[in-house]
Amino acid sequence: MLGEPGSLVGIGSPMTAVVLAHFLVGLTILAVGVRVSRLAVSSGVVVLLTAFIAMVALARRDEEIHETWTWIGDLGLTIDLRLDGFAVVMGLVVSGLGALILAYAAAYFDHDRTFNRFAGVFVLFAGAMTGLVLSADLFTMFVFWEMTSLFSFLLIGLDDRSEKARKSALRALLTTGMGGLALLGAVALFQVEAGTTSFAALAESPPAGAVVNAALVLVLLAAFTKSAQFPFHFWLPGAMAAPTPVSAYLHSATMVKAGIVLVARMAPIFGDREFWRWSIVVCGGLTMMIGGLRALKQNDIKLLLAFGTVSQLGFMMILFGLGTPSLTYAGVAHLVAHAIFKAGLFLGVGVVDHTFGSRDITVLSGVGRKMKWLAALAVANALSMAGVIPLLGFATKEKALVGLIDSDHYVGGLGNIALVVVVLGSVVTVMYTLRFISGTFGRRSDAVDSDVRHRPGWLLVGPVVLLAGLSIIGGLVPGVLGDLVRGPAKSLDAAAKGHLVLWPGVNAAFLTSLGILAGGAALWRATRRLEWNRTIPIDGERAYDVVYESVLSISRRVTAVSQTGSLVVYLVATMTVVLAALVVAIFWAGDLTVDGLVIADSWQQALIVIGVCAASIALVIVRHRFVSAAMLGVVGFGVAVLFALHGAPDLALTQLLVETLTLVVFLLVLRQMPRRFDPSPSWVPRVFRLVVSLAVGAAMTLFALQVFDARTGTSVGEEYAVLSEPEAGGRNIVNVILVDFRGFDTLGEITVLAIAAIGVMNLVRMAQRQRRIEAASADEVVA
Amino acid sequence: MSLAYALLIGVLFATGSFLLMNRSLTRIILGVAMIGNGINVLIVTVSSRPGGAPIVGETDTTDSVPQALVLTAIVIGFALIAFMLALAWRNWTIDGNDIVEDDVEDRRVARRKDES
Repeated sequence: MLGEPGSLVGIGSPMTAVVLAHFLVGLTILAVGVRVSRLAVSSGVVVLLTAFIAMVALARRDEEIHETWTWIGDLGLTIDLRLDGFAVVMGLVVSGLGALILAYAAAYFDHDRTFNRFAGVFVLFAGAMTGLVLSADLFTMFVFWEMTSLFSFLLIGLDDRSEKARKSALRALLTTGMGGLALLGAVALFQVEAGTTSFAALAESPPAGAVVNAALVLVLLAAFTKSAQFPFHFWLPGAMAAPTPVSAYLHSATMVKAGIVLVARMAPIFGDREFWRWSIVVCGGLTMMIGGLRALKQNDIKLLLAFGTVSQLGFMMILFGLGTPSLTYAGVAHLVAHAIFKAGLFLGVGVVDHTFGSRDITVLSGVGRKMKWLAALAVANALSMAGVIPLLGFATKEKALVGLIDSDHYVGGLGNIALVVVVLGSVVTVMYTLRFISGTFGRRSDAVDSDVRHRPGWLLVGPVVLLAGLSIIGGLVPGVLGDLVRGPAKSLDAAAKGHLVLWPGVNAAFLTSLGILAGGAALWRATRRLEWNRTIPIDGERAYDVVYESVLSISRRVTAVSQTGSLVVYLVATMTVVLAALVVAIFWAGDLTVDGLVIADSWQQALIVIGVCAASIALVIVRHRFVSAAMLGVVGFGVAVLFALHGAPDLALTQLLVETLTLVVFLLVLRQMPRRFDPSPSWVPRVFRLVVSLAVGAAMTLFALQVFDARTGTSVGEEYAVLSEPEAGGRNIVNVILVDFRGFDTLGEITVLAIAAIGVMNLVRMAQRQRRIEAASADEVVA
Repeated sequence: MSLAYALLIGVLFATGSFLLMNRSLTRIILGVAMIGNGINVLIVTVSSRPGGAPIVGETDTTDSVPQALVLTAIVIGFALIAFMLALAWRNWTIDGNDIVEDDVEDRRVARRKDES
């Protein structure tokens, strides 16, 4: 524990305590059950609020706090938490929005059997996400990263009776799980190459080279899957099968930002690489465009927002990925603004859904007239998304445009490409924002006004009011947020700079903003009546389905071919693999010469070997059971004599004893069976079996010749020889090993014998009982 | 290493594998025993050249550790064979033969390829 004792209610390691508190409460909610759902929500909200307050309190101390827990010290694996500015901002978003949305959920849900699970997993997720943003190294981040994937899976599949929900959950899990594996790969590569995965240590002396570049590709892969970047963007809209509060929290405000957080941490260290910038701009740009264009096609307003989120994630990816000082600043600011307006929009959609029983643009009509206040608030959030002055989204997007316009002396021509992409993406954003507003709240001439089914309570409307209020007030006095995020941006990159203003004056960025708004509005008017039938040819979802289905069908085919049910086929397969491995290993060694090869060590040895070989071959040929058993006996006794000749008297004695016993047991059993083996048909042709056996024999001969004298160190036996008499008081070293040095192994061996004996006894008794019954019934028949 | 040992190991493994790939459980058990012998001979003979017994005071002794391992293996091998023989006998009292049948469950799984 390196952490300074925190002042917060006397807890030594406040960050760890906060994270653990989430897990504790979450698990308790899951364990306690359904009947106390109100209590569950309250305790969850209390934990999240506590986290929020703790975060504020810790941030006010104006110093970075570190908490380190050694896990596996030898491997350098530690759970390392650090509270810097960026962690504070993200942590406040996670806990603040979490508390708000959990309270909202209490009113949104019917308190059915899934509600308790929702509340429990929700709190667990909040804990994992808090841990993720506090992570001071890549390894810790990976641990929490995987947790968030798992909890997201549970929440998407909350309605476990719906096949669609289960499928979407699995798709999200597999996609983000793949990214998780990539992240693990990156952790391993960094650990090997740089000896650390700590962000601070990497920043201090950034490693370079091919391995590091490979690690960075893995990092990008992880970030792109988690933050739904092209070509992995398909899982996020599917994740909207989850209830609206889950979508608002995990799949717009928090979890999908994990990839952005990762890129934000890495970009200041490694962002100067060309391939990094290009992949970010290309993938981020495509994501921004595809997300926006697909949002334009949606009739379900929640899906519209989901694709809008995909688009916005691409936008933020570009900001953080390019990582110039002013873009990093704009990125942090927009991250907060986006979390506020997108969560507000989702919650607004939830209220509409709850009140009117539909989320379909083609069904809803006149919502704006029936719920003027809600409509006004949702529109405020939507306009913040489109970047309309004087809302918060305007100030942050303005800052991003300024940063992009100035970026060419950091990143050259790429900055201009990024600028064009962002402008086009923003035009589409304006278009789908207008589609959202008019579709949700407008009146349709061809439809009757929707009916109010349930009046929303204050708990449903409250969070929407609060978030819309933040969008509006934040927009009017953007300096407040601007000052708040300056420290956090600097904690990512010391050079980060900037400030947010309400009225930037007429400059290039402002004119671009106006152009975007005018262009978007004009295009929307021109195209709103068009049916968007043309599908975009690049469809990640279908690609995923094809890959998924082919993996399943290939595995079924392999099973059908390999799982024949025939023991011989399995054996042949096993032996072939062992054979191949042996042959490869033998020839890999290269040197096929054998030192000190003799025909035989003595004439007795030669004689016995000839005899044993003859008996072995006879054993295969004969079909008479007793003769087979006798031949096995001959082989066993021959081996015993060989042991004696070799200088292993203990082995010889044991082998003699055991071979005698084996023979007795064989005879006892075979006595009852037919004298000859049936010429039973085999699954595999005789010739083939012969070839495989001969190949195995040949390979083993080669192997024996190769491994002889392959020893490079000295044998442990020499140590035992020295210790044998003084330590154990015995002169026979083999005996001393068995009963003293490795006495427990012998105990295990005796246990195996005992278990085998019990098994044999029971099998025999079962057979005897069956015989008695059969004999008795036979008597009855006779009688 | 003597060529005689290497050949013996080869023969024991070849005959053992051949017996193992059989329908008769008794011959399978014989195969297991043969392969067991082969492995024991392999471990003892490749670890050191022939020499004196590993007893304190002897000169030019063989290695004691592989012998301790193989001694255990011989005993465990006996337990295995006794148990398998009991199984064979039980099979015979039920079916009147000691034939290893195809696994019906495996066949059923294999046929599932058409379903999804």
